[in-house]
Amino acid sequence: MRLERRASVPPILYVAAPLAAVMVALAISGALIALAGASVPEAYRRMAIGAFGSRLAITETLTRATPLILTGLAAAVAFRARLWNIGAEGQFYIAALATAALGGAASAGGLLPGPLLIPFLMICGAAVGAMLLLAPLALRLRFGVDEVVVTLLLNFVVLLFVSMMIDGPLRDRMAFGWPQSVRVSPEAALPKLWQGTRLHVGLLVAVAMSVVVWIIQSRTAFGLEAKAAGFNPRAAAFAGVPIPKVLVGVACLSGGLAGLAGAIEVMGVKGYVTTDLSPGFGYAGIVVAMLAALNPIGVVAASLFVAATFVGVDGMSRALKVPSFIADVTVALSLLCVLVALTLVTYRIRR
Amino acid sequence: MSETLDILASASLWAAVLRIATPLLFGVLGALLCERSGVLNLGIEGIMTFGAMIAWLTVFKTGDLWFGLAAALACGALFGLLHGGLTVVLGLSQHVAGLGVTLLGSSLSYYLYRLAIPVSGSPPTITPFQPLKIPLLSDIPLLGEALFSQTAPTYLAILLTLAVAYALAKTPLGLAIRLVGENPHAAEAQGLDPIRLRIGVVAFGSALMALGGAFLTTAAFNSFFPTMVQGRGWVCIALVVFASWMPLRALGGALLFAFFDAFQLRLQHVTGKAAPYQLFLMIPYLMSIAALVVFARRAKVPQALMQPYRRGER
Repeated sequence: MRLERRASVPPILYVAAPLAAVMVALAISGALIALAGASVPEAYRRMAIGAFGSRLAITETLTRATPLILTGLAAAVAFRARLWNIGAEGQFYIAALATAALGGAASAGGLLPGPLLIPFLMICGAAVGAMLLLAPLALRLRFGVDEVVVTLLLNFVVLLFVSMMIDGPLRDRMAFGWPQSVRVSPEAALPKLWQGTRLHVGLLVAVAMSVVVWIIQSRTAFGLEAKAAGFNPRAAAFAGVPIPKVLVGVACLSGGLAGLAGAIEVMGVKGYVTTDLSPGFGYAGIVVAMLAALNPIGVVAASLFVAATFVGVDGMSRALKVPSFIADVTVALSLLCVLVALTLVTYRIRR
Repeated sequence: MSETLDILASASLWAAVLRIATPLLFGVLGALLCERSGVLNLGIEGIMTFGAMIAWLTVFKTGDLWFGLAAALACGALFGLLHGGLTVVLGLSQHVAGLGVTLLGSSLSYYLYRLAIPVSGSPPTITPFQPLKIPLLSDIPLLGEALFSQTAPTYLAILLTLAVAYALAKTPLGLAIRLVGENPHAAEAQGLDPIRLRIGVVAFGSALMALGGAFLTTAAFNSFFPTMVQGRGWVCIALVVFASWMPLRALGGALLFAFFDAFQLRLQHVTGKAAPYQLFLMIPYLMSIAALVVFARRAKVPQALMQPYRRGER
């Protein structure tokens, strides 16, 4: 048995394969749901209702999808250039913390009026996120250190740092119970897209970013160079692509997107930072990027799927007594199945 | 200053060093074997979590500690077969497949644990491995308490390190593993099957990783809770680089790392509230990064690491 590259691939397969893969993942999850003693069709029916069944459900799903689009884009742009940024979780948190700190201070000082404050905080968040990725990239370029492990380890360091800051200097002294950071000023709260729900304009920013990334990747020299750096770094370097420079650009973009996700989540949803602000948005972003086969527009669709899974499972889990971790299992299974499906699109098995 | 010396002179510190090093040692041996055969296994974090869960659950249900370890070994090997299937047979990106295995391993552990143990105030406990005093040797002051009153899996980890070191360096199988990690084409020309060999090694290595997780729930603690592995898997991946892909150096690295971890824990108690506890908890992760920076350039990376082998393709 061996793998053989297909001579030609029907384009329809690129869409059909991921969809089939997700079906397989849902079937395996179904077996696990049955293990919990629940009716599988009933579980999926309730999940669909939980995610899309009402105005509130839809807005919750979209609210959950917003940071996922951004962390998904962060992973997609980096992976395309073979920069293994697994640190989106850390970049998300450090930007969230910076947003809370600056947004809180700005309210006290009254430095910037509201309409300027929001973009200012977004840019700051993106800058902080980018810096957190530039450090591991510098280690890779200077010392040959694998950025995978460094970005992974930095996630733990950043979370401890956030915990330290909201326990100390940035603690909200008015809040009771668990430590939480100071609040951003009300002027920095993102306007709601739909009154009475949590859905905020961050969604539009995220979707706009996916278009921007698509334009950068398909219409600029930098996008082409980044792609070449990912496909074959040696050939790209030989063709005159300044690899380190391109990687720095990719890192700024990727870390910036993850940072933007953190800034937007703070300004749009919570208003402050806790150590459970992100239920793994950074890691889920990797899944989103792979489900979308690194396509920036596909990232939006993949985020919707992942967000719907998490939001849908919430209600289903309570009603049918299925542990809510089934959402994480489904998402992980989807990732693995899509990976296999995409390989089988380009290769076929020969005896 | 004298407090620091007091800590260093206490047998409990050195006993803790060995205890903390044990799960790392299993994990780092597993990761090292996989990488020596040419496969980066980032599934380690999830495999350790699953090992921790399944070992605990098996002991909770059957009461037999060794049965728990066996369950962890078997499940670890299954995850290894999954990772091997994805990366060796299908030739997928080892980074992405590994992360996928980690996500699956951890989420599946939490799900199955919740399924078996409904939510309760405090997690149920088991009776973990007790220290096994080695006659005579454990009576030596300081040294005896530190080295010779450990739990059985700790002794196992140390013996295993020596066995792996010997097997890699001196046996035909070890040579074959190193060869497929350096040059699979040459290995095939020698009549070896790189694909089978790699899958076998990844399955075995993953079983060891799961054993590392199992140690956490059956010897170091007595219950399972989500996120208990706490990045130990990633630390192991860093330690492989620190060890330059050599088992005996991995033993040294795991001990050094565990020393700093045990030391910071005691220092925290002594200094009290002088510094935030989070600063101390950061030390292990920052140390791993520092170790990578110092050793990355000097390390002798297996030449075919992360390169999928496809017959007839170059």
